[in-house]
Amino acid sequence: MQDIIDVQTDDFDQNALYNALRQDSASQGAIVTFSGLVRDFNQGHAIGGLFLEHYPAMTMHSLTNIVGQARQRWTLGKIIVIHRVGHLAQGDQIVFVGVTSAHRKDAFDGAQFIMDHLKTEAPFWKKETTECGPRWVEANPNDEKARAKWGNDD
Amino acid sequence: MINVLFFGQLKEQLQTGQLSIELPVNDVKALKTALGQRGVLWRECLSGASTLVAINQTIGSDKSTINDGDEVAFFPPVTGG
Repeated sequence: MQDIIDVQTDDFDQNALYNALRQDSASQGAIVTFSGLVRDFNQGHAIGGLFLEHYPAMTMHSLTNIVGQARQRWTLGKIIVIHRVGHLAQGDQIVFVGVTSAHRKDAFDGAQFIMDHLKTEAPFWKKETTECGPRWVEANPNDEKARAKWGNDD
Repeated sequence: MINVLFFGQLKEQLQTGQLSIELPVNDVKALKTALGQRGVLWRECLSGASTLVAINQTIGSDKSTINDGDEVAFFPPVTGG
């Protein structure tokens, strides 16, 4: 089972990704998926859409490293991580993380670990379009707390 | 030669996405000092406690060593996901 890690401007099809996770999964009893969307309101402002910038040379390196760390901590089957970049509209899909495992706990933990690390380590930056003009999103301290709870041994 | 990159808000504030530097700097702290000679805006942006640095696409710190040919990137805290 080969992992899929990708950064793309195009939208993704959640059903297709779920089916990819199900393939060759006879020994996998659990699939956990997460999708992140563009909200209509953030940090006190109505959001029209956003632009996602990234550091191409580092992004794949970072995502691959995060997936590798998750594999070291839990027994996981197949992992899919898709992150979009470029212009996104309100309600658009931004990110997909899917993890299979024999049992649900590893799948839940693995997916959450990947998202918590992606939010704080992977080099993406959001610039929102608001009614007051464009502005860069500030990092949320709660994201760092969420990552820290996994410990520093990773 | 060191390839220096800037991303996110830093790129906009400094109006610079990429530059090459020939100076003999051997760590990130020295590189920040050299870039800081470009003006107060550069000193403020690079000395900010939240400014992150990556050397050859791996997160580092002021103490990280830099060798000729390295790629050094400065950027604000990440906000993807």
